[in-house]
Amino acid sequence: MKILIRSNFDLLLEALRKNNYKTIGPTVRDGAIVYDEINSTSDLPIGWTDKQDAGNYRLEKRNDDALFGYVVGPQSWKKFLNPPVYKLWQADKRGHNFEIIPEKIEETKYAFIGVRPCELNAIFIQDKVFTSGEYVNKNYKLRRDNAFIVAVNCVESGGTCFCVSMNTGPKAEKGFDISLTEIVKDGHHNFLIETGSEKGEKILSEIPHRTAVQNEIDSGNELINNAAATMGRVLDTSNIKNLLLNNLDHPQWDKVAERCLSCANCTMVCPTCFCTTIEDTTDLTGEHAERWQKWDSCFTIDFSYIHGGSIRNSVKSRYRQWMTHKLATWHDQFGSSGCVGCGRCITWCPVGIDITEEVRAIKESSK
Amino acid sequence: MNPMIPNPYIIQKVKKETQDVFTVELIPAEGEQKFSFGAGQFNMLYIFGTGEVPISISGDPNKSDVLIHTTRTVGTVTKAMSKLKTGDTIGVRGPYGSTWPVKEAIGNDVVIIAGGIGLAPLRTVIYEILRERESYGRIAILYGTRTPEDILFKRELEKLKSRLDLDVQVTVDRAARGWNGNVGVVTTLIPRARFDPKNTTAMICGPEIMMKYSISELMKSGLSAEKIFLSMERNMKCGVGFCGHCQYGPEFICKDGPVFSYKKIKHLFGKREI
Ligand SMILES: Cc1cc2nc3c(=O)[nH]c(=O)nc-3n(C[C@H](O)[C@H](O)[C@H](O)COP(=O)(O)OP(=O)(O)OC[C@H]3O[C@@H](n4cnc5c(N)ncnc54)[C@H](O)[C@@H]3O)c2cc1C
Ligand code: SF4
Ligand code: SF4
Ligand code: FES
Repeated sequence: MKILIRSNFDLLLEALRKNNYKTIGPTVRDGAIVYDEINSTSDLPIGWTDKQDAGNYRLEKRNDDALFGYVVGPQSWKKFLNPPVYKLWQADKRGHNFEIIPEKIEETKYAFIGVRPCELNAIFIQDKVFTSGEYVNKNYKLRRDNAFIVAVNCVESGGTCFCVSMNTGPKAEKGFDISLTEIVKDGHHNFLIETGSEKGEKILSEIPHRTAVQNEIDSGNELINNAAATMGRVLDTSNIKNLLLNNLDHPQWDKVAERCLSCANCTMVCPTCFCTTIEDTTDLTGEHAERWQKWDSCFTIDFSYIHGGSIRNSVKSRYRQWMTHKLATWHDQFGSSGCVGCGRCITWCPVGIDITEEVRAIKESSK
Repeated sequence: MNPMIPNPYIIQKVKKETQDVFTVELIPAEGEQKFSFGAGQFNMLYIFGTGEVPISISGDPNKSDVLIHTTRTVGTVTKAMSKLKTGDTIGVRGPYGSTWPVKEAIGNDVVIIAGGIGLAPLRTVIYEILRERESYGRIAILYGTRTPEDILFKRELEKLKSRLDLDVQVTVDRAARGWNGNVGVVTTLIPRARFDPKNTTAMICGPEIMMKYSISELMKSGLSAEKIFLSMERNMKCGVGFCGHCQYGPEFICKDGPVFSYKKIKHLFGKREI
């Protein structure tokens, strides 16, 4: 285990940029922490934290200058790996016929700075969706293969977090290039640094660092353990798949549908939700057509449209699709839960619907 | 190859089957590539500037030099497709999805039950089993459609009807003058068809409600759920498991289906809004 001191943090960003990475990380914008290009440490949310609860998100000043003193914001890294909107191809008319010209896949090398352990697990989940089957999503794969991941372990937990229940945090176990644990203590501000790949080792070798001493390692572990012990939420996952699938007609679905606005926020903020739709357009001359891919949500009526009407007309059925997909059928499809316990869907629900509460309600009434 | 990029195919022939159903024959715009597919698979067909829809392949799986689709005009994209002419281009992605259990049914009696446009995907099965007629037991083809004018592949059906080694039954919902065949839903044909329920494979394609009643009729006559196969339909945007639209409980209809054994989806089938 190594130590990177706070005053050298910019050198990490510089080393990444020198290796042709575009550095993306957290930054404060419009009252929230979002992910965007960062050029130096000063772009990071220094001294900010986020207070989260069902239907509630607010930034507050910390009493220290931590760089990663918040939990997670409304965005996730899928914004870069599987962008919300992009062009797949264009078609140009040639007489009676047309020619399809694939959009060149942009070869940006991203370095993601500040990937939370739950988010890292969400990336593994999307890897399964897009790259493990018979067909591979080429755009995703290229961006993913090129990406450099700087994970940041959680030393504080948020009000809606439940990664411990989902076994996805608060410490990143694998799949990162570099992982950091931020320690602000007794007038020192350091990062415990671990490498998880050759790429990571190369970058580390280009920046000043020293070997960590035992009590620094202990401090890091203590902080992470503390985060684990103070999760804002708990989800009992025992037998959850059967619980939900055996209760498709449970009255709780009607209850939640009375509150749910079917706004799709939960699916947009969720780091694992992968659904998309396509939009075919033509210009005014009718000579030029394009196909765009866009994030979509199972909460929209059109999502399940087939000729004659939508399959999932009621809000109840759409909420049920969302939750049973996340927590039950995902296991059949991809061998894991589709939820990493990041809490975003709880925080960003305008009416504060809480996935952990919904499961509890079904569980308790089915005993 | 990027599965999201359509390949241009040229329409070689268009045939009007009924007032709202047409068949197109396609050949690749470039090269001589063969199009091999299994009975029951589908393609995503792109009509310039309008959109893309999943359509089953209705041609003979053993003829890979031409690609055949039979489509009913129902909305925006299918209407645009119906206006295309010989020489026009269609974008093709595929073939995708699972196949009918043609091999697995060898040695069995076979019951094919089609409703409306559902005969198009099942025509591939008819081609396949007739090519090796002697490998199967009795074969019943039960087809129901709205009116006598809506009967698909009329010539072919008539030819099949005249064969002694096939039991071909057609029924219509509403008869017209001059029709002296069966009237009523296709399920009424099931009890009359001759097959050994212990040794029969059934393949069904049509509206969900029709499939539901056909299944219960077949089960009544003694077929087991694992010998009944059906083709499911859901909204599809990608055809390859990326877009999430076709989910049906744990199944992706585009890649795990569209053909499923009834046994596999029994726990979902007929449930509302799944
Ligand atoms: C696996 C599969 C095989 C099919 N095979 C055939 C076939 O061989 N012949 C045939 O005539 N029809 C077939 N269909 C149905 C056909 O795809 C729809 O009729 C067609 O999509 C309707 O599109 P539209 O734009 O004309 O209708 P609209 O009602 O205008 O639909 C608008 C859009 O909704 C979606 N959509 C609408 N209906 C369906 C549907 N039933 N399934 C999936 N998406 C839909 C499409 O994206 C479509 O562009 C098949 C469907 C599936 C899923
Ligand atoms: S379902 Fe909610 S808590 Fe789970 S990963 Fe998605 S947004 Fe996070
Ligand atoms: S929950 Fe809905 S939007 Fe999210 S992946 Fe599942 S079907 Fe798609
Ligand atoms: S059609 Fe896109 S996942 Fe099945």
